[in-house]
Amino acid sequence: MLNRFMQMRLRDLVILAVILFALPLFLNNPFHYDLATQMAIIAATVVGLNLLVGFAGQISLGHAGFFGLGAYFTGIMTSTYGWSSVPALVVGAILVGIVAWIVGRPILRLKGHYLSMATLAVGFIIAIILNNERALTGGPDGMPVPAFTVFGWELSPFGSYNLLGMELNGSEAWYLFAAVVLLVAVWLAQNLIDSPIGRALRSVHGSEVAARVVGVDTARYKSLVFVVSAIYASAMGSLYAHFQGFITPAVAGFDFSILFITMVVLGGMGSTMGVILGAVVLKLLPQVLADFQELETVMFGAILMLTMIFMPKGLLPTIQTAVGKRMKKKAGGQA
Amino acid sequence: MFAEFLQYLFTGITIGATYALIALGFTLIYNASHVINFAQGEFLMIGGMATVSLTAMGVPMVLAIILAVLLAGVLGILLQRFAIAPAKQADVVTLIIITIGASIFIRGLAQLVWGKEYHVMQNFSSDEPIRIFGAVLNSQSLWVLGIGAILVVGLVLFFTRTLIGKAILATSMNKEAARLVGIRTQLVLMLAFLVSAVLGSVAGIVVAPITFTSYDIGIMLGLKGFVAAAIGGLGSGMGAVVGGLLLGIVEAMAAGYISSDYKDAVAFSMILIVLFFMPRGLFGAKVVERV
Repeated sequence: MLNRFMQMRLRDLVILAVILFALPLFLNNPFHYDLATQMAIIAATVVGLNLLVGFAGQISLGHAGFFGLGAYFTGIMTSTYGWSSVPALVVGAILVGIVAWIVGRPILRLKGHYLSMATLAVGFIIAIILNNERALTGGPDGMPVPAFTVFGWELSPFGSYNLLGMELNGSEAWYLFAAVVLLVAVWLAQNLIDSPIGRALRSVHGSEVAARVVGVDTARYKSLVFVVSAIYASAMGSLYAHFQGFITPAVAGFDFSILFITMVVLGGMGSTMGVILGAVVLKLLPQVLADFQELETVMFGAILMLTMIFMPKGLLPTIQTAVGKRMKKKAGGQA
Repeated sequence: MFAEFLQYLFTGITIGATYALIALGFTLIYNASHVINFAQGEFLMIGGMATVSLTAMGVPMVLAIILAVLLAGVLGILLQRFAIAPAKQADVVTLIIITIGASIFIRGLAQLVWGKEYHVMQNFSSDEPIRIFGAVLNSQSLWVLGIGAILVVGLVLFFTRTLIGKAILATSMNKEAARLVGIRTQLVLMLAFLVSAVLGSVAGIVVAPITFTSYDIGIMLGLKGFVAAAIGGLGSGMGAVVGGLLLGIVEAMAAGYISSDYKDAVAFSMILIVLFFMPRGLFGAKVVERV
């Protein structure tokens, strides 16, 4: 059983790697690359959120708050205080993890709608602070963020790079970087899910009381996964800030939080590959619908509703079940 | 000093009464179907916008209001029939996403019909403000409070004195048992959405002259109503009213005495503090969890 899980884990990772590295064959211009980079960064955030929502069964409607904190910490430290990107990202993620720990202990005692309300409130409070501390954040107008740097080497959308003999422009280099980050994010998440912690989390999702009865320290594990998902969000927020080169408090806003949770639910709660698909679909949809101009919002809402009504388990799990059924039927017919 | 305080209190009670009506809408639907309807704020928006545009077309105010409430009511029923009912077995989060989808859908339609600009609505009666101990009270505030009070009393009577009201209560307590004694639970659920939409749209109409109205006011007002409902304890009518008024007053005081930039943060901090000490809100029932 465990062996099979390991194989599936590896299989998913290989499939994802193949898709990510084959994708450039279909990307024709910097705009495509930028979109794909954004997708990868957001997908990694959602993979982290899925640990909380999909595996531990705890709703967060305020996750963009942590994403925004990471983005702003990086923005402020690199532009105002001249820090290098990596220390800013790491220190930011640690601080956000501590914030999540402090906030998480009391609110994770709440359940269902009360928990969603509390997380929503936390997200809102963070967004309001970012909006109002103008001296630090530039207020609603936002603030510029310098290019990403590692050991003095700069990754900028406007640069040009040489990687193993390949000539890459800035957009292509950023995409490759984001793709690797996503793979690492998935790999780490899979390892967590497969560890004793992951099993404890799934038991919390099943029945918290039952988990407690068999000796699982549910409060501790819930806090832990809350912190981990917040760290994911913070780190990805930092990268997002560097990639965009400019951030506004919207990155911490309610719309972003809703987008994240929707990606998890639409793609398929508890399925790492599913939530990545959710991120891709929800990031692509506005691009596709932009052709319909005024109808864009209406159609987006309608598609969201219809998908959730007819595929309540999410896109990928529904597709997998359907394919599985058909294969079984086929196998049965041949026998 | 006192005049200032009184002024903030008036503002707080007026906006709080609106929050209370929205929270009652949440409560009603939550009780009947255990769904938190994130599209609740859109009923307010539809009420306000439809009234404004109908009166602009020359329809008399009273008729415009009736038509707007009817429109919102139809919307409520459609929402239950075509979005909530088909997904009856879904997860809490899935249902949340469905109602969010519905709210985006309705907002998109409103934007198509009414555009993105703000609309102004006339006060119901005189524009002349009333002076009390040095504080100024907009006459529309009295309308908000009066109609709010009538709706609350009406709801109480509806639930305690009418068969339909009792049927809704029975369904909320135990759906299977309600069905066994012959209550058509599907009809009851539709009714809950209808009443909730009516409440929301009336709130949206009476408050529109004070706050103005536009296609996207539903988001923030809906969220505040949700906050009020959770402060009071989801599912408690009394809690919704108290939570709404409390939220409105605290917000107005915070805006006046602390900082208007942070008034929303105060509202959201309040919910955290309340839930920290009372995980089921002020009036929430103690629920024994079955394993």
